[in-house]
Amino acid sequence: MGISRRKFLKVTGLSALIAASGKAGFELLRPGQVEASSVPLAKGKRWAMAIDMRKVTPEMIQECKKACHYYHNVPEFGNPKVEIKWIWAEQYEHAFPDEHHEYQPIDIIEKEFPLLCNHCSNPPCCRVCPTGATWQREDGVVMMDWHRCIGCRFCMAGCPYGSRSFNWGDPRKAPKELNPNFPTNPDFPTRTLGVVEKCTFCEERLAKGQLPVCVETANKIEKGSFIFGDLADPDSNVRKALRKHFSIRRKTELGTHPNIYYIIA
Amino acid sequence: MYDGGKIIVGLIIGIGLLLSPFFYNAGKALKPPKPELTPKAKQAKVCVESLEYMRSNHMHLLDKWRQTVVRKGERYYKSTNGKTYYKSLQVTCLDCHSNKSKFCDQCHNYIGMKPFCWDCHLVPKEKK
Amino acid sequence: MLDRALKGSSRYWGWLIFLLVLMGMGFVLWLYQFKVGLKITGMSRDVSWGFYIAQFTYLVGVAASGVMVVLPYYLHDYKKFGRLTVLGEFMAIAAVLMCLLFIMVDLGKLPRLVNVIMYPHPKSILFWDMIVLNGYLILNILVGWNALAAERKGIHYKTWVKVLAYISIPWAFSIHTVTAFLYAGLPGRHFWLTAIMAPRFLASAFCSGPAILLLICFIIRKLTRFDPGKEQMRTLGSIIAYAFILNIFFFLMEIFTSFYSQIPAHMDSLVYLFRGLDGYGRLAPWMWTFVFFSVVALILLIVPYTRRKEDTLAVAAGAVVIATWIDKGLGLIIGGFVPNPFDKVFEYWPTVPEVLISVGVWATGFFVLTVLFKIAVSIKEEVGV
Repeated sequence: MGISRRKFLKVTGLSALIAASGKAGFELLRPGQVEASSVPLAKGKRWAMAIDMRKVTPEMIQECKKACHYYHNVPEFGNPKVEIKWIWAEQYEHAFPDEHHEYQPIDIIEKEFPLLCNHCSNPPCCRVCPTGATWQREDGVVMMDWHRCIGCRFCMAGCPYGSRSFNWGDPRKAPKELNPNFPTNPDFPTRTLGVVEKCTFCEERLAKGQLPVCVETANKIEKGSFIFGDLADPDSNVRKALRKHFSIRRKTELGTHPNIYYIIA
Repeated sequence: MYDGGKIIVGLIIGIGLLLSPFFYNAGKALKPPKPELTPKAKQAKVCVESLEYMRSNHMHLLDKWRQTVVRKGERYYKSTNGKTYYKSLQVTCLDCHSNKSKFCDQCHNYIGMKPFCWDCHLVPKEKK
Repeated sequence: MLDRALKGSSRYWGWLIFLLVLMGMGFVLWLYQFKVGLKITGMSRDVSWGFYIAQFTYLVGVAASGVMVVLPYYLHDYKKFGRLTVLGEFMAIAAVLMCLLFIMVDLGKLPRLVNVIMYPHPKSILFWDMIVLNGYLILNILVGWNALAAERKGIHYKTWVKVLAYISIPWAFSIHTVTAFLYAGLPGRHFWLTAIMAPRFLASAFCSGPAILLLICFIIRKLTRFDPGKEQMRTLGSIIAYAFILNIFFFLMEIFTSFYSQIPAHMDSLVYLFRGLDGYGRLAPWMWTFVFFSVVALILLIVPYTRRKEDTLAVAAGAVVIATWIDKGLGLIIGGFVPNPFDKVFEYWPTVPEVLISVGVWATGFFVLTVLFKIAVSIKEEVGV
């Protein structure tokens, strides 16, 4: 199947335009944090995030949660039994239950950590999924296929971090008082009753050269708080941050190799 | 016929039940579907593919789109008409065809088909 | 042979109609659940599996236990169990059917069940569970039905039936090992992350299933002309005794590892189950009931006099069924999810719709069991066993 020269030039021209505008939009939104090697962002890497806990505040985490949930049409149920959360705040002793002790500095004990899917390099959730509705992409994102999920919730049992939520009911039937503008983003679908969902590292935004919503939101509040980048590139912002600062991850003894790093010093 | 009476009565009831939808709808004719194009769709003149192709194959196209977008991350579709489209029901298709009740539903309702796409994919609000 | 199920006493029909009513009620409630979602159950973001999966886990064990009458007969030439093999296989059929139904009522999107076949993922234990369970169902249908048909005709069944019976023996062990693997390989759930999970499952299966079979045999002896046999019941009693002692021993091993090591991740779930954690202790009375019935069962099973006397043996069997149902059902499932990955306690208790749907599934299993046993017993009565 041949392609005419004219068609080829049209397509490459259009693709270059899209890539360039994506990168431009990226630079517009995140001055000073541009990934030099990030064009196109969706190509084969190891996405990870370093969160600088010295800059994170509880209010910032709430803003990130609101932004993420607004962008992805995650409804609010006001009931922890059925709640769906992609990113949320948890106190130190609950984020790191095996690390905490009562003699830690008070600002650590009272600190709230933003928790989300760790997009592990060795994810147990993907191992146990019987249909491949969740799987690990080549670029490291642990992805969800909501067309295929049968709602068996094996992945929820397999995840050691409690990152996954299930649609116990129809998300569109969440209480109207708590979700006045639902759906909040007409460009992104909702999910349906009976499927598991979680953070997908905003993969649809990564494909356009944009950063995840939480990263954008956090960095608007305090620059350099959420550092999103490519672990495979030794010169990336994430690698530089991890080289310079001491970071911890959740439950590393389980061998899941989580890719959310919390910089604490 | 052994137990003939019961058998014949049973047959009448059974076949009657089987044919009941036809009796119910006898004499009524459903209006043929008349999908309407929005001004934006009329202006675009061409869809992602030709009308004949889309009429019979839009469901296969959308299925292929969702497989390649979600599972392979391939988000751009090179159409036979030369243009490249962003593969998205909500962002691309419904951008032009924003009148679901007067477009998509026309044929779907006619054949009694309820695609479950709408369980998740959002429909632009239509003016009544 | 199916016509044997259509001729019965008014008591038989009354029982079937009672079961049908329960099945209907369960079905109607399930339709409601299918429409509004699993939010009508007690499951939550933290305890994402509950009563349905607990019943599934317990019933896989009951299904596997058919091997406890088949193995002595085929591998050790214990001809006395010849009366019981078909009954064991038929009980396995009913149990596997209930397992499949419990999975189906627990799924978020049942219409997509086909995806497990269309997009197989051999790394997932659920994939293997589906294969071994369905395979076991087919094996038991083929072997049980053909063995019974041969018995009715007074001839010896064909060799291929015997081959399948032999295959069903390791297969029975495999179904419960695979089910244990569902739990025993999850890195975040320390209550389940134990090598002894599969042995525990097998031990509790091999006492609970035969205990149920024993009780059913006593009922059969009372209600029909077929006598499963005094010596058979005695042997079954011994099997139940050894398996139950092993089951309790394994449980005590878990207690030792957790509490001697003093590792919180190992202790917390057991503390929650038996005492309560952070002020939440809803399951404690439930678990201590398990302990009470275990003690009763142990005494009645170990003391030879009470094990040999059939009425005390029946009490022991009942106690075994209750104890294992609690321990392997809700005790096992909820222990895995509490405390949650954030070291907090979010409690679970089944809701009324959830229990009633489960009752509907159990009624379906008992319906199938009754029909199959009616056929088997009628034929055995005719043949004059």
